[in-house]
Amino acid sequence: MARANASSVAPALALSESRGVRATLIAVALVFFIFFLLLPLIVVFAEALRQGFHAYWSGLGDPETLAAIRLTLLTAILVVPINTVFGVAAAWAITKFTFVGKNLLITLIDVPISVSPVIGGMVFVLLFGLPGVFGPWLAAHDIKIIFAVPGVIIATLFVTLPFVARELIPLMQKQGTDQEEAAIMLGANGLQTFVRITLPNIRWGLLYGVLLCNGRAIGEFGAVAVVSGHIMGLTNTMPLHVEVLYNDFNFVAAFAVASLLVMMAFATLVLKTVLESRAALKSPSLP
Amino acid sequence: MIANVRYRSWTILPGFGLALGITLTYLGLIVLVPLSGLLMHAGDAGPAKIWAELSSPRTLAAFRLSLGMAFLAAVCNALLGFVLAWVLVRYRFAGRRLMDAMIDLPFALPTAVAGISLAQLYSTNGWLGSVLAQVGITVAFTPLGVLIALIFVGLPFVVRTVQPVLEELDPEIEEAALLLGAARWDIIRRVVMPPLRPAVMTGATLAFARAIGEYGSVIFIAGNMPGYSEIVPLLIVIKLEQYDYLGAAVIASGMLIASFILLLAINLLQARMRRWQGG
Repeated sequence: MARANASSVAPALALSESRGVRATLIAVALVFFIFFLLLPLIVVFAEALRQGFHAYWSGLGDPETLAAIRLTLLTAILVVPINTVFGVAAAWAITKFTFVGKNLLITLIDVPISVSPVIGGMVFVLLFGLPGVFGPWLAAHDIKIIFAVPGVIIATLFVTLPFVARELIPLMQKQGTDQEEAAIMLGANGLQTFVRITLPNIRWGLLYGVLLCNGRAIGEFGAVAVVSGHIMGLTNTMPLHVEVLYNDFNFVAAFAVASLLVMMAFATLVLKTVLESRAALKSPSLP
Repeated sequence: MIANVRYRSWTILPGFGLALGITLTYLGLIVLVPLSGLLMHAGDAGPAKIWAELSSPRTLAAFRLSLGMAFLAAVCNALLGFVLAWVLVRYRFAGRRLMDAMIDLPFALPTAVAGISLAQLYSTNGWLGSVLAQVGITVAFTPLGVLIALIFVGLPFVVRTVQPVLEELDPEIEEAALLLGAARWDIIRRVVMPPLRPAVMTGATLAFARAIGEYGSVIFIAGNMPGYSEIVPLLIVIKLEQYDYLGAAVIASGMLIASFILLLAINLLQARMRRWQGG
């Protein structure tokens, strides 16, 4: 019977539900899984390949699509390292020292995740947009932030700010300060202690945070939609390009670009599963 | 004098000033100053404009839709998420590991992709939409479409909060209840459920909070008819596109405050529930 080789987590048969209940629950889970998780993925590839491979490739090879891919990569390359440095600095300050207001700081770091992405974009429109606080000054000096690439990058910085920090903080809290203190007392300087002691201890958690940060930086839509202005070939990231193509009824191209993002999401999930087993992270974290 | 005022306890570890300096400067520049700018902007509007903006039928309808559908989605996610977590932890079946790994898909998948994909599936000539149309259910361009999208984005929260608690649950307690003669249903209800309830509530709260602000996965399937299927985040975007910055700031602040109050209320409820259980 299937029950016989169940792992120790699954309780003995006498403690389980009757066969009928078990089968019903598994069926409910499977139906939900297929309709809500599998079908949306399959439909992306089905629509992208509806007119064959040639249409798929020409949808991807369009110069405006290539510009969107370039901007998305540029954004991720700039945003991920900055928020990684921030995450490490914040986690170091919060977990290795005790100070007044620490819990407030942890709460504030999480703010970008709890507000609507639309708000993440609009705060910068209010600051740098033409009628905004710095709008007239920026216009006088011919600096464009909103409806330009810098706005896209700043909005992405806002939205992805917490990802590395919130992976590292619980991890480093659990590890404590003993090892670092020992290293310092044995004469290591701060940098040596961080590189030789802390970094090896946190590397899997750090990579995990970087992975989630990267996934969000590439896929962010709401915040970027507000600041970008949707200028084809200039300020469209891949998700925004998907929107423009879809609204133009250019479905094959829209789903072709979407299929690239699905592959990115898949790669993220696979790496995430690998890192979870490496880092023995008990519970996967929630964004 | 300074030595007497200790804002942090003493340690030999270096780098406190640098690390905290980077943290506060960056957090301030990217998050705190811009967000307080939003609230100040809304305050500048003055009471008359704030009232006019928030009491307009279009705004009220958007708030009703966003909050109502976010709540319904959270309830659906609580029920389905619980079943998924239960099945994943307690049963062994083909495809379990794949299902477990894919639960996080709504977190990893860019919202715009989820949006167009759901819109395509549920459109009247889509795979699911055409079937539902035959029984008279229209999902695309109705509030039901909003609900479907919100259930999708909130799906992982309850599963991922309940799963670890369920895994840690000691089977011996259930064995004891069984040996003492309890029926399976009573064991579930009185032995298994109580420790899981806070996890379900936490997951549902997170899903609710996420659903209130969700934008990308909703706008494609919703149809965005003002007063009918237009969500609050979209209304903000429309105001911004019309350069009505004051109106946008007022509605956004309203959304921030509404979700803050709701989360606070839910947390209080949860604390009270825990006290009852403890007593």
